[in-house]
Amino acid sequence: MKTLLALTIATALAISTIQADTITLNSSGSTFIAPINGRWFAEYGKLHPDVHVNYQSVGSGQGIKSFVAGLTDFGASDAAMSDADIASVKEGGVVLLPMTAGSIVLSYNLPGLTGTVQLPRDVYPAIFLGEITKWNDPKIVAANPGLNLPDMPITVAYRADGSGTTFVFTNHLAAISPEFKTKVGGGKTVKFPVGVGGKGNEGVAALIKQTPGTIGYVEYGYAQQIKLPMAALQNSAGKFVAPTPESGSTALGLVELPANLRAFVTDPTGDASYPIVTFSWWLCHAQYTKPGEADAIKALATWCLTDGQKLAPELGYLPLPNSVVAKVQAAVSTIK
Amino acid sequence: MEAATAPSSATSSRWIGDKRAQRSKIFDAFFSRATFVAGWGTVALLVWIALQVGYSALPAVRQYGIGFIVGTDWDTNNDVYGALPLIYGTLVSSALALLIAMPLGVAIAIFLTEDYLHTKISGIFKFLVELLAAIPSVIYGLWGIYVVIPITTPMGNWLNAHLGWFPLFSTPSSGPGFLPAAFVLAIMILPTVAALASSSLKTTPQALKEGASALGATRWDVIFQISLPIAASGILGAGVLALGRAMGETMALAMLVGNNNQISASLFAPANTIASLLANHFGEATGLEVAALMYLSFILMALTLGINAVAEIILERTGATIRHL
Repeated sequence: MKTLLALTIATALAISTIQADTITLNSSGSTFIAPINGRWFAEYGKLHPDVHVNYQSVGSGQGIKSFVAGLTDFGASDAAMSDADIASVKEGGVVLLPMTAGSIVLSYNLPGLTGTVQLPRDVYPAIFLGEITKWNDPKIVAANPGLNLPDMPITVAYRADGSGTTFVFTNHLAAISPEFKTKVGGGKTVKFPVGVGGKGNEGVAALIKQTPGTIGYVEYGYAQQIKLPMAALQNSAGKFVAPTPESGSTALGLVELPANLRAFVTDPTGDASYPIVTFSWWLCHAQYTKPGEADAIKALATWCLTDGQKLAPELGYLPLPNSVVAKVQAAVSTIK
Repeated sequence: MEAATAPSSATSSRWIGDKRAQRSKIFDAFFSRATFVAGWGTVALLVWIALQVGYSALPAVRQYGIGFIVGTDWDTNNDVYGALPLIYGTLVSSALALLIAMPLGVAIAIFLTEDYLHTKISGIFKFLVELLAAIPSVIYGLWGIYVVIPITTPMGNWLNAHLGWFPLFSTPSSGPGFLPAAFVLAIMILPTVAALASSSLKTTPQALKEGASALGATRWDVIFQISLPIAASGILGAGVLALGRAMGETMALAMLVGNNNQISASLFAPANTIASLLANHFGEATGLEVAALMYLSFILMALTLGINAVAEIILERTGATIRHL
C-alpha cells in the first residue's frame, strides 16, 4: 500500500514537472474534423512532448463562438467563419486555414441490387424534396440502364442534429436546384419536407442499414468504414462520378482559393470531379500574445499540412492537393 | 408537554458538564443553519434557472409571442419557429410509454409485495428492476436502434398493410417513430412506476388483508378489493411522476423518435419531442434560434414542473388516506 502511494506521488510529481514547461493549446469546434484532429494531436504529441493540444468536438458554431470569445487558442469550423464573426474578434484579425477536406456521399439500401446506382443532377435534389418517391421512377431507371430497380418507396434519412455535413450537402443541393434553394435552402439544420432524422453519422447510417429503400447522406469516411453502398453522382460536367479519395481531391484541386482561403465548393467543375466536397478550416488569430504560442501553432499546422496529410485517407478524409497545401502554408507563415 | 420535559431532563444531567451541552448547542445551531441554507438554496436554484431560461427566451417571446405554441414549423433558415409538433410529440410519446409501463409496473409491484415470493427472492427481483434505472440513456437508445426497431418495423408494415384504414396504423413504418420510442421509454420509466407502486402497496395494513382472508376472500379478492383500492392514489401518483420523467427524457428519444417535426396520428410515423430537438439543435444554434430553443425549454420546464406538482399533491393525499385508516 505504501509503495503504491509512493509510486503515485512520484508519477504525479513527474507529470507535473513535465507539464511545467509544456505549451497547452486549447481548441474546439467542428465534429467533422474531430477524428483527424484527435489523431493529429496524438501523433504530434508523441513527436513533441512539450506541446499539448486539447480539442473539444462541440460543433462548428460553438467552436466559432468560443474562439470569438477568446476561450480557445484556435477553433475549427466546416463553414469557415463569416465576415461578421471575423470582425467581432477583438484584435489582430483572423487567419483561416483549410486543414483537411472531405466528401459527402449518398448511401442507400437496395437489397439484392448489384452494381452502383447512378443519380442525375435533377434527380437527387428531387428525392430530398419528396418529389421522386419510388426507386423505379422513370428518371432513375433512365440513368441506370443495366440495373433492375425495385418498385419500392424511397425513404429519406437526414441528420437531425446541426452539423457541417448537412451544411455542405444542402448548400450543394441549393446550388444545383433552384427549387431546393427556395423550398429548403442550405444550412446546418434545415427543414426537409420528407424523411426521418438520425442523430449523427451513425444514426443516419443505422437508418439506411435497417430499412430497405432508404437513402441518406453521410460522410465518405463513415460510409466506407461500415461498407455502405454509395451512389455515383452526376457532376457539373454531366459525368457520373463515384466517390473516391481521387475524385474528391480532383474536385478540390480545381478550386480557385481566394486570398482569405475561404471557398465553399458547392458545385465543383471538372470531368472527373466528385460533386459534394468541402474543406474544413482551423480558425487562428493573426497575432498571439502569449510567448511561444504563435510558434507552437505554426509548427503544429505545418506538421499537419505535411506529414499529417498522410493520415487523411485511412480516416476517410481527402488529402489536400499540393497546390492548396502551398497556399495554406503561406498563410500559416503570416501568423505572428 | 414535551417542551416542558426536555429542559427538566437537561437540568438533571447537568453533572455531565456544561461544556458538552454547549458544544452540542453550537453544533445544533450550525446544523440548523446549514439545513436552512441548503433548503432555501435548492429553491433559489430552481427560481434562478427558471429566470435565466426565461430571460434568455425573451427575444423569441417578443418575436413570436403565444403563437409560438401553435406554430408548426421549425425552419432555421427562415427563422420561423413553432412548438406544436414538439409539444404533441412529447405528450404523445410519454403518454404511450405510460400506457405500456403502468400495467407492467403495477403487475411487478403486486408480484413483489403480495407475498408471492420469499422475501430474499423478491429482494433480488426488486434489485433487478431498479437496475433498469441505472442503465444510461444512450445505451437504451442503441438497444432501441438495433433491437427494438428491427422488431417494430415489420410489425408496423404488416399492420399498415392490413389495417391501414385505422388512423393509428395509417402510415408504413419508417423505422424510428412513436412506437419504438414509446416502447423504450416505457422500459426506462418502469423502475419508477414499480418502485413507487410497491411502496404504496406495502402501506396496506396487514390486519385488513388478514381480516379479509379470514372472511374467506381469495388472494385475488384481497389484491383487487383491499390492496389496490388503498394504494390507488399512490399508484396514480407514481404514474404522473413517471410521466414527468418520460417527458424530459432526451438521448434515447433523439435516437429513436425519428426527429421529424410533423403531427401524425400514426404510431409508425416519425415525430419529434421537445427534449430531442433541444439536444439536436443546441450545439449549432445561433442568433434567434437560441432564444427559440430557450422558449422551448421554458415550455418543457413548465410542463414537467406542473406534472410533478400534480404528482406531489396526489402522493400527499395518499399519505392522508393511509393515516386516516
